Amino acid sequence: MNRSTILRWGLTLATALSSTLLPAAPPAQKVLILATTTSTQDSGLLDELIPRFEKQTGYAVKTIAVGSGQAIAMGKRGEADVLLVHSPEAEKALVAEGSGVNRRIIMHNDFILLGPPADPAGILKRTAQESLQRIAAAKATFLSRGDNSGTHAMEVKLWKAAGIPFEGQAWYQQTGQGMGQTLAIAAEKKAYTLSDRGTYLALQKKLGLAILHEGDPSLRNVYHVIEVNPARFPKVNTAGARAFADFMVSKDVQARIKEFGIATFGSPLFFPDAGTPE
Amino acid sequence: MDLIWEGLRKALELLLALDPEVLRITWLSLQVSGVATLISLALGLSVAVALALNEFPGKRLIIALLNTGMGLPPVVVGLFVTVLLWRNGPLGSLGILYTPSAMILAQAIIASPIIAGISLAALQHLPPGLRLQILALGASRPQMVWLLIKEARLPLLAAVMAGFGGVISEVGASIMVGGNIKGQTRVLTTATVMETGKGNFDVAIALSLILLVLAFSVNALLTHLQQRGRRP
Repeated sequence: MNRSTILRWGLTLATALSSTLLPAAPPAQKVLILATTTSTQDSGLLDELIPRFEKQTGYAVKTIAVGSGQAIAMGKRGEADVLLVHSPEAEKALVAEGSGVNRRIIMHNDFILLGPPADPAGILKRTAQESLQRIAAAKATFLSRGDNSGTHAMEVKLWKAAGIPFEGQAWYQQTGQGMGQTLAIAAEKKAYTLSDRGTYLALQKKLGLAILHEGDPSLRNVYHVIEVNPARFPKVNTAGARAFADFMVSKDVQARIKEFGIATFGSPLFFPDAGTPE
Repeated sequence: MDLIWEGLRKALELLLALDPEVLRITWLSLQVSGVATLISLALGLSVAVALALNEFPGKRLIIALLNTGMGLPPVVVGLFVTVLLWRNGPLGSLGILYTPSAMILAQAIIASPIIAGISLAALQHLPPGLRLQILALGASRPQMVWLLIKEARLPLLAAVMAGFGGVISEVGASIMVGGNIKGQTRVLTTATVMETGKGNFDVAIALSLILLVLAFSVNALLTHLQQRGRRP
């Protein structure tokens, strides 16, 4: 191979790559960073709502789907403009501390306790508290998200309420992964786990897990939208964050949330709540 | 096993239907990793030449560091690049976090030591007298470097393949600095993670197969370049 061949190949490659390289980035004030939880992405809800929002307002949304813990941490550092999360205690702390403003309720669904259909710990038809006590007594494997997500926060709260020392127990295992992954692992290991209903319904047909406990009022899973405080972080896209929050509580979107999932999964994944008290 | 066949069928389906979303993420994967590899080639080869042709104190330490860098974990690179690029961070004014440029930057950091390390070994493996011989024949220094590179082209192209292979397959850095944003920074590996999370295992397998085909095609092209003109 001679020099000119290499050069020709190199040039062709470089031109091909750079000529079409990367669509021109939209101007900064039109970019909106939404930090949210994996459940809103894994359930497919955002895929339906975000394109609509972008079309209506002209903002280019950068959706960063991580656990609620990380999403709230991004808000705390001013690295996101608006949050859509489900970890009420951490959200209140964020607002109290001054990094988040204008926390508004969007929707809810509920958490459910899942496990192998054989239910070795016998938790069916027990209260949430009794269920956990039985899982602990039977030393049945329980999979925790272990990632500071909203689901993890809820789970820890439930263990504490049930008065069970769970940390460090051999039957209590942490995946450190998102809800979808954790459900898949729970199915493989025939373990118990806590999930939001939306992700479970979206994945249901691929899992061999049964709903063993549901409906306890303590298992309500509420999603809020929070704008990051521009007074504290000057780089926040204030107008965009407000536009997104307004969009989420709008009548049209609330109606779409109500319908979302019925066609695919047979039941809604989320219930709209805008304007109602928490 | 059924799932793998299903994935294969899905992959063919997506490719034959020229699914625009799949084509876009495949193309973006190739662009990001291709540009990152080219940057790494320029950087890595320069460093390798500089190290191969010069003697100075501390050279061994630098080579040891370089060889360690060949195993840089992508998530570690991703984490540091993210923190640097945060809009309130030291390089925040660039405004490139969650863009393909950030992914190229992170991947170039991953691939550069790989290309530099293998290139250095290739250049050092050349007969020591070769350099003097070339210079004695009246070649200028740049001409000498070019001849050395030509002489070592087989392992040098192997270095490019290793660098490209390292970045086209990594997910840790891409998902952190890119954010896996639909239509903007979603590449084959990050989409595979997401589809797995969604429980769409058939789509995830389909994307993996497309990634393998893409990696094979690029390597087949490079191998063709590498092996051309060699007699059996």
